[in-house]
Amino acid sequence: MSLLELKGVRKSFGAIEALRGVTFSVDAGSAVALVGDNGAGKSTLMKTITGVHRPDTGEIRFDGVSIVGKDPGRIREAGIEMIYQDLALARMRDVASNIFLGRELTRSVLGVRFIDTNRMRNEAEAMVARLGARIPSVSQMTGQLSGGQQQSVAIARALTFNPKLVIMDEPTAALAVREVEHVLDLIRALKKDGISVILISHRLTDVFSVSDRIVVLRQGQVIADDATRDTSMNAVVAHIVGAHSEPAS
Amino acid sequence: MTSASTGAAPPSWRARFASGAAVRLESLIVLAVLCIVMAMLSNAFLSVSNILNILLSTSVFGTLAIGMTFVISSAGIDLSVGSILALSGVVGAILTSNLELPWWIGVLGCLATGSLTGALNGFFVTKAAIPPFIVTLGMLGIARGFALVLSNGVSIYGLPPEIVWLGQGRPFGVPTPVIVLLLAALVAHVLLAHTRFGVYAQVIGDNEGAARAMGVRVERMKVLLYTLSGLLSGLAGLLFAARVNSGEPTAGLSYELTAITATILGGTNLFGGRGSVLGTLIGALIMGVLQNGLNLMAVRPFYQQIAIGAVLILAVWLDRINSKEGWRR
Repeated sequence: MSLLELKGVRKSFGAIEALRGVTFSVDAGSAVALVGDNGAGKSTLMKTITGVHRPDTGEIRFDGVSIVGKDPGRIREAGIEMIYQDLALARMRDVASNIFLGRELTRSVLGVRFIDTNRMRNEAEAMVARLGARIPSVSQMTGQLSGGQQQSVAIARALTFNPKLVIMDEPTAALAVREVEHVLDLIRALKKDGISVILISHRLTDVFSVSDRIVVLRQGQVIADDATRDTSMNAVVAHIVGAHSEPAS
Repeated sequence: MTSASTGAAPPSWRARFASGAAVRLESLIVLAVLCIVMAMLSNAFLSVSNILNILLSTSVFGTLAIGMTFVISSAGIDLSVGSILALSGVVGAILTSNLELPWWIGVLGCLATGSLTGALNGFFVTKAAIPPFIVTLGMLGIARGFALVLSNGVSIYGLPPEIVWLGQGRPFGVPTPVIVLLLAALVAHVLLAHTRFGVYAQVIGDNEGAARAMGVRVERMKVLLYTLSGLLSGLAGLLFAARVNSGEPTAGLSYELTAITATILGGTNLFGGRGSVLGTLIGALIMGVLQNGLNLMAVRPFYQQIAIGAVLILAVWLDRINSKEGWRR
């Protein structure tokens, strides 16, 4: 059964048609790679799934329920987390605040809910330790961490609240070789736990090493959607650059 | 994978100051130095009555600066606070003096006028997507204009004694506006530093896209933030009218300058992301001491404008120099 299903999703910004009827699905516990040239609509498509953009027409169902029109907070509650390319971190706040951003732990005093900083720090500490992330302290300002450490924070945030689907937008683009292996291991570990992954990446070697399916997006349309073992690097590159131009059925 | 993180060491005092949760050390030093200089220049400066005087004159623009702290934390700006102050005071005076309604209706009228005007600011900033600088600049003209229209350009005298007490009363020897300011600051501090509302305001200023992606309802938050600034402007209008026992259509001229300067001096980041109400209180006191000192030294009031403007530019400049080594953005 499909965990996530998109049917005919369209989205325009003024005169620009970013998505021109996108249809594809993600099975539970599988990793789908979404590839395509710059401007193909990958990031727009993901932001439409996470509720940052609202589709003009089309249907998006998650766990059998339509999520069109829900705000990003509701969609996170439903179990979709995204690790954004820019990481979407509040860099002047500490690591714990970022991990709990939008889901702050509170305690009630006289009916007023106060943020429980200590509990957030303790739980964030445990989460960071479980992930094996190298973050000096969860009370450190996020903007003072290195790029790789900041990414660990974004990853920790996406995995802390038992997601069913994790979307990763270019998670390896800014990383050193050793750190790339970590991210790929993480994707394999998520699949083993039954968590689905959508991976957006330019690095086709990464894509081929972890994905079950490869969906190619070109000019706002799905132009190929194949099982990874049934396709090849050359075929995918040809689809990306438009050498085969007929859309997939 | 690799090594686990080290234990959660308590943040150093330096980190505490940098976090914006506490008052910035620099602000306190500036205030202390300024007080020492003023005390050396004028014998009258350190008298109890003069200190109460400083607190009293700080209370009106200090109240504006509290609202400004929330708005600037979210990377916004509210230039209309001085005009909303005047409009609220005029409405309160019309309700109680001209229409002879009870004093509490006057109080509610001031607060409601401020809140509604602030909500309008919020509406245009979000729904019309106009930059807050333009919206509140326009509202600076509109609210001031309405204050003049409603009052025919003249002061409206004769407020009920209960309202006058709010401005001139001295329970336990402390002027009522000072007590009101401190209470408002206490509530605002807790709101900004310890609730979701306050943290989201700062996160919006830090990274609006991240706030939205993580489920913060950014538009709703912004409307609430400008409404809060309007509410506090209405409160300041009430305090001002009560102190001079009249609704003044020209009250609070250029107070936005003082309020913004106090906020920045207090360590709130002009470009959003972190704010401190306690810092703003210190910043407002710096402005109050500066004005008071210039008065005691019989400097012509025209020079005060020059001093305030210069302090604002200087404060932002120093902050920029500081932040170059601080934040990785």
